Amino acid sequence: MASVNIAGHEVQINEEGFMTDPSEWNEDIAGFLAGQIGIDALTEEHWKVIRFLREDYAEQGETATLRRVSTSAGVPTKQLYELFPKKPARKMAYVSGLPKPKGCV
Amino acid sequence: MTTTPEGFVAPDFDDDSDRKLCLICSKGTLDMAYPGLILANGALEEGMEVHLFFTFWGLDIIRKKTVDKLTVTPVGNTAMRIGGTSLAMPQLLGALPGMSSMASWMMKRKIAGIDVPAVRDFITHVADAGAHLWACKMSVDMMGLSDDDFIDEVEETINVTRFLELSESAQVLFI
Repeated sequence: MASVNIAGHEVQINEEGFMTDPSEWNEDIAGFLAGQIGIDALTEEHWKVIRFLREDYAEQGETATLRRVSTSAGVPTKQLYELFPKKPARKMAYVSGLPKPKGCV
Repeated sequence: MTTTPEGFVAPDFDDDSDRKLCLICSKGTLDMAYPGLILANGALEEGMEVHLFFTFWGLDIIRKKTVDKLTVTPVGNTAMRIGGTSLAMPQLLGALPGMSSMASWMMKRKIAGIDVPAVRDFITHVADAGAHLWACKMSVDMMGLSDDDFIDEVEETINVTRFLELSESAQVLFI
């Protein structure tokens, strides 16, 4: 656990680099985190996913799985793999300042 | 260019990993269709290359005629309990007409209850995520089937040599 200053905001991150307090997150931080994992510009499609994840987390108390994002936010699976390549579920959670999803599907 | 703040670490997503998973799906019951699909999905989310090779009864999972009609039977299944208790389902009871459909209906309901898709939708999901689906040549010939019998996600019917080529340096699981 460490405290770091991202885009002028003090946030807590764990050993792996994930934020530990979702309430510390904001859009500037998202842009910075995305850049760190090779997503140079967040498009409107990225934001649609990120906003869904944030709202869903607020309601459900846990990070949505990929399947849930595709069915509930209406973003096709293929597109999720394009937006957040290779490891979409973990990457979208990371950029959204949320823990990794716990569900299997 | 943003400078990296002091103490900051970015997760290592290991995007250059060349891990590969090959699943041999040899059983066509409802309960045995899921392990392969769950593993395939998990591996895809880990950025792995995934191949599913359907052989023998496993072909039922990818046949147009059977994909939505997979069942689970209490007969010969000593792990089947009565209504969530520890009581084993008597084998003769399991053999009564309608018991398999009831067990299948219950399992499908339970699976849907935890937001896991039906087999047909799950296949589409993993294929969209990049999984490769193959049918086993010998089984296809033996059962008198052709490519037209399979759902669109199936790429091709291939023989064992081709499968072994695809699975070179992969982790292979027989289900």
